[in-house]
Amino acid sequence: MTKPTTLTMGKAMLIKFAAALTLGLALLAPLHASEGGSLQAANVSLNDTAALQRGAKLYFNYCSGCHSLRYVRYSRIAEDLQIDPKDVEANLIFTGAKIGDLALSSMSAEDGTKWFGKAPPDLSLEGRSKGADWIYSYLKSFYLDPTRPLGWNNTVFENASMPNVLWELQGLQSPVRKGGKADGPIEHLDLTTPGRQSAAEFDRSVRDITAFLQYVGEPAALKRESMGVWVLLYLAVFTLLAYLLKREFWKDVH
Amino acid sequence: MGTTMVRLHPKNRVLAWVEDRLPILSFMSSHTSGYYAPKNFNLWYYFGSLALLVLVNQILTGIFLTMFYKPSALEVAPGISAAFASVEYIMRDVEWGWLIRYMHSTGASLFFVVVYLHMFRGLMYGSFKKPRELVWILGMLIFLALMAEAFMGYVLPWGNMSFWGAKVIISLFGTVPWIGESLVEWIMGDYLPADATLNRFFALHVIALPLVLLLLVVLHLGALHEVGSNNPDGVEIKQKKKEDGTPLDGIAFHPYYTVKDIFGTGVFLFIAAFIIFYAPTFGGWFLEHDNFIPANNLATPTHIKPVWYFTPFYAILRMIPSFLGSAIWGVIAMFASIAVLFVMPWIDAGPVKSIRYRGVGYKVALALFAVSFVMLGAVGAGVTAEVIPQWFGAHVDATFVENLFGRFWTAVYFGFFVFLWFYSRGMERTKPVPERVTTHD
Repeated sequence: MTKPTTLTMGKAMLIKFAAALTLGLALLAPLHASEGGSLQAANVSLNDTAALQRGAKLYFNYCSGCHSLRYVRYSRIAEDLQIDPKDVEANLIFTGAKIGDLALSSMSAEDGTKWFGKAPPDLSLEGRSKGADWIYSYLKSFYLDPTRPLGWNNTVFENASMPNVLWELQGLQSPVRKGGKADGPIEHLDLTTPGRQSAAEFDRSVRDITAFLQYVGEPAALKRESMGVWVLLYLAVFTLLAYLLKREFWKDVH
Repeated sequence: MGTTMVRLHPKNRVLAWVEDRLPILSFMSSHTSGYYAPKNFNLWYYFGSLALLVLVNQILTGIFLTMFYKPSALEVAPGISAAFASVEYIMRDVEWGWLIRYMHSTGASLFFVVVYLHMFRGLMYGSFKKPRELVWILGMLIFLALMAEAFMGYVLPWGNMSFWGAKVIISLFGTVPWIGESLVEWIMGDYLPADATLNRFFALHVIALPLVLLLLVVLHLGALHEVGSNNPDGVEIKQKKKEDGTPLDGIAFHPYYTVKDIFGTGVFLFIAAFIIFYAPTFGGWFLEHDNFIPANNLATPTHIKPVWYFTPFYAILRMIPSFLGSAIWGVIAMFASIAVLFVMPWIDAGPVKSIRYRGVGYKVALALFAVSFVMLGAVGAGVTAEVIPQWFGAHVDATFVENLFGRFWTAVYFGFFVFLWFYSRGMERTKPVPERVTTHD
């Protein structure tokens, strides 16, 4: 049976349509995600378990005093990040919580509001709402600002009520303003007092915290990315068999 | 009748007993192996069965989500509702909960993808024309019910975009003269979208609207099987019959199209699985970033926008300015943009169904209509608001350019119907339609 050329008309139109749609979406996707101006790329990888472990350690030492991870259990972190639960209890739990408990901060919302003006938000979903690049850039962009209540400001999130809790690692940054004017727009931040870590080491620390928060935003991501391949492989075989079956049946359509 | 009803007499005595009292097997067989469809269906004809597949997916995954979701805006922690927390509980602590939820959320978007392609197919091949007007109208009713279903489903996670989206959309009813304000309060059951709103949206989303949808789907298929399927040539296959009374160009839906649709299902599931496992938020298009923030009536998102599938209609709403002291004109235009599709069978008076044999005017107009739909989608999604300052520089009044752009495509959208009214009444020069279908697999 020969296939007349007009058969491909619908097919060709659909393919063109699908191609245009895919191309359009591909072009739009980054536009859609790039809200918030010039952020630095975090380049985190959820496959780097060592980085996630370092990130967890930094997070629980520097962040968990004020911020909760309301939806995350210590036991889940232990399991996903391949940390012995005993090590989690000894090194990551500072609140007296049990291993199966949620990673809640011991600071009450009332105290948080009293001390910072706004209670420190839960960070469980920070990786999903703000994205990795935002977290990475934000944590690197604190500078000294004597006009702020706690003496800190941030170029990514202006007038943030959070102080730079990582200052002893990063050191102290001061703004360099356009034309040297006191009220000019900030051109970049200068490291005026070095911290315990070099710039490269500090970048890695912030990247590790970002990776940890990215993981915490969607722990299922580890699982879905590893099992998706098998699902797709199965469906590819299924579709091939379905095609052969269809061709067999359609042999008697004349 | 588009189907041939043959009374079956099963050998199994139990089945025979049932069949004599309720001919369910005969009914099923008459609508599958007894339903003759044109043999020249092309790729565009997969989307009907795929829409049914997604509907089943939404119902099954929805049942499991309902087992763990809590429709409550009451706070379980400062600023966090029980509803929002229960969704995260599903994503993290419920076994396979993340997969079920992503199947549901991805399914919602893909539902609209297949439905839009299915509708476009109808416009291309004239499937809305006599004798299939009622099939088209029932389909439009399904689309309307689906929009309500999707909107209410989007509110349920009680994220910040759920809240503000609900507020904006419900406020539209506030533009109705005299009763607007009370109407809005009546819909919300409060002065803001709140617990009462969430409760009733849950009820409508999980039971009322699904029942309506299922009924409409049954009617849509029933009406289709009465008049028979159209095809890419727009030829009525029932006019040329074999000796046994079946159409010369028809083949039994089962097994030929069931087996073909299984193949289509495989391709579709491959794409769906890729999204579910590797891009479940689809870059913020299927699940928006702002909806991972709990609902907060004091923190308005920078850009309030609906999910992508509503954006063309939302753009029409935004592009029509208020005048005579009322903002109702945009609302009217938005509803009109959907309502006008209902009367498509009477706007288009052209005798030729398929785009293959219609005049150039129809081809160009339909292409422009499709482009206007996409362009309006870009306006509604805030893409133009972001791109215009980048392309034209900060000194250009971005709102002015966007309005110009959006209004132009709004005019094209409605212009399609106006043009078609006149074009199909004497101006169109069509090609001769063949007597038999020209192609098949």
